Amino acid sequence: MAIVETRAVTKVFKQGHVGAVNHVDLVTSEGEFLVFLGPSGSGKTTLLRMIAGLEVPTSGDILIGGEVVTELSPRERRIAMVFQSYALYPHLTVYKNIAFPLRAQGVPKDQHDKKVRWAAGLLGIGHLLDRKPRELSGGERQRVALARAIVREPSVFLLDEPLSNLDAKLRASAREELGVFHRRVGTTTIYVTHDQVEAMAMGDRIVVLHKGVVRQIGSPRDVYDDPADTFVATFLGSPPMNLLENGEVVVGFRPEHLVPIERAPSAAIKLSLAIENVEYLGSEWIVYGRTRANGTGPAEGKLLISRLPSAAEHKIGESYEFGVVEPNLRFFDKETEKRTTARALTW
Amino acid sequence: MVTQRRPQGLGPVGLGMLMFAPAVLYVLLLIAVPFVLAFVYAFTDARVGSGGDHFVGLENFRSVLGSAAFKTAVLNSFIFTIASQVIVLVGSTTLALALKDHFRGRGFVRFLILLPWVAPISIGAIGWKWILDSIYSVINWVLVAVHLAQPFDKPMWLGEPRLAMLSVILVHAWRLLPFSTVILLAGLTAIPRDIPEAAEVDGAGFWRTLFEITLPMLRPILNVALLFGVIFTFTDMVVVYNLTAGGPMDTTQVLPSLAFFTGIQGGDLAAGAAISLFLVPILVVVAFLMLRAAHRAEIV
Repeated sequence: MAIVETRAVTKVFKQGHVGAVNHVDLVTSEGEFLVFLGPSGSGKTTLLRMIAGLEVPTSGDILIGGEVVTELSPRERRIAMVFQSYALYPHLTVYKNIAFPLRAQGVPKDQHDKKVRWAAGLLGIGHLLDRKPRELSGGERQRVALARAIVREPSVFLLDEPLSNLDAKLRASAREELGVFHRRVGTTTIYVTHDQVEAMAMGDRIVVLHKGVVRQIGSPRDVYDDPADTFVATFLGSPPMNLLENGEVVVGFRPEHLVPIERAPSAAIKLSLAIENVEYLGSEWIVYGRTRANGTGPAEGKLLISRLPSAAEHKIGESYEFGVVEPNLRFFDKETEKRTTARALTW
Repeated sequence: MVTQRRPQGLGPVGLGMLMFAPAVLYVLLLIAVPFVLAFVYAFTDARVGSGGDHFVGLENFRSVLGSAAFKTAVLNSFIFTIASQVIVLVGSTTLALALKDHFRGRGFVRFLILLPWVAPISIGAIGWKWILDSIYSVINWVLVAVHLAQPFDKPMWLGEPRLAMLSVILVHAWRLLPFSTVILLAGLTAIPRDIPEAAEVDGAGFWRTLFEITLPMLRPILNVALLFGVIFTFTDMVVVYNLTAGGPMDTTQVLPSLAFFTGIQGGDLAAGAAISLFLVPILVVVAFLMLRAAHRAEIV
């Protein structure tokens, strides 16, 4: 187990162009499950590949276990990586796939069988050892890739969107299994995903990346409840945070905090919403409404989203009063888009 | 409404046959007819210029099998094919690996490597003939200059049996190298980048990745390249014809060149045809293996 650290890591692919990763500083803690979250093109995979040693940083340093490894090849870093495509060796059986890292790293031969069976057992693929990768389902392949990663007991796990090739149902169960698996082996893990649900569910901490820059590092609660800027506020959460301009600031609130006025009599923002659409999602309702000028709220015509446990009484085309209480408001600077101090709102 | 119009009077079947006809004609006139003729001649006493062909049964095969030149040619054909293919496979794999990754001037190097394939083989062979010439050889000039050979006892590249065979093999390998390299390059680019990277992360060095991951994954394509190479080599006489004409004293004679020298230049059409028919069973086996390899390459 080890701590991974990046110091001002930058990667520029084409000279003169904007970097894919810009000046990233971060430190994992021992045994942590750290998630890199961002939209495609945010530099999360490039950052992971630099930690793996598959990509050389343009500047900055990478440390694993306190040792600078920037110049070391992947094999010298004692890491394991699971690729998005799993990258199983198609011509080798599952057994030989899992044994490959042991052979490559010169583990004594008499230990191979025991270790392969231990890793396969841990992931429940003991019965698949004689198969070739093409004879396996997506979920089974993913387990083989994980077994191949765990077998040599690496100091760090790097996972690059390992669930993105699974169907939705399998993904949910694989996510849960991966969490249990991590708690059991306790190895420091860095996990790349563009899926905020995965990030929220699995991460001890989340690193939100956008255009190669770290926007926020924090626990799932931190990034959801206290986003550092408007990008994080709108990238996390589905539907995203509502944002309203008010003078020099942008005020934001989560859809679940935009409630009918009866439930928020002391609301700091009171709005009149003309309902445009209502979606019933089983456990919740999503209400889309456009603001109407009422003298005590924002200007007319802004689309806002509310998430309610029940909205059966809301009719499309009618108008209703909504409100948000003070503690649920988040304030951002209009210029920098960064969080700023709370202030009184005047419409 | 716009309707598609076919040429008048041609149904879809007729049109199909029309499109297919050039290929059929080509195969019939340039491959099937000569093949049948060779088969017929092999059982007659046909000679260039003589009209009367008489059926002689297996007499031609009997006399060909009994001749020392034929035995040498069979052995030489195998030596020529196997040795040149070993060189081509090792060389083209190395080249393909070197040319796979991007570097400055890669396009130019790729162009240079393709040259032996696109240049007419006779021109290439004549160039080599000069390079290997007994008096003007640049190789010998260099060897003398660096004191690896005596000025008055230079190697006779095309005049000594072993050296002549070596020269023929090397020139043929030089000629086939680009073709094989291009095939292998295509095969290498088809391997997802993730897989060698995974091997690297798993701790494998260059050689382990090459022998345990890259080459096994490349095997279906390697098989195709090898079988094409075998066919191109086994049936080819251009290099032998231009460099040594089968000499010295038939020591570089291969089956196709022997068939040519006997049948066309020697005028004994029947014997030439009989010699060339010995190529058929070998090529059938190679063609069968080739189709199987191509089929496997599709599956994987």
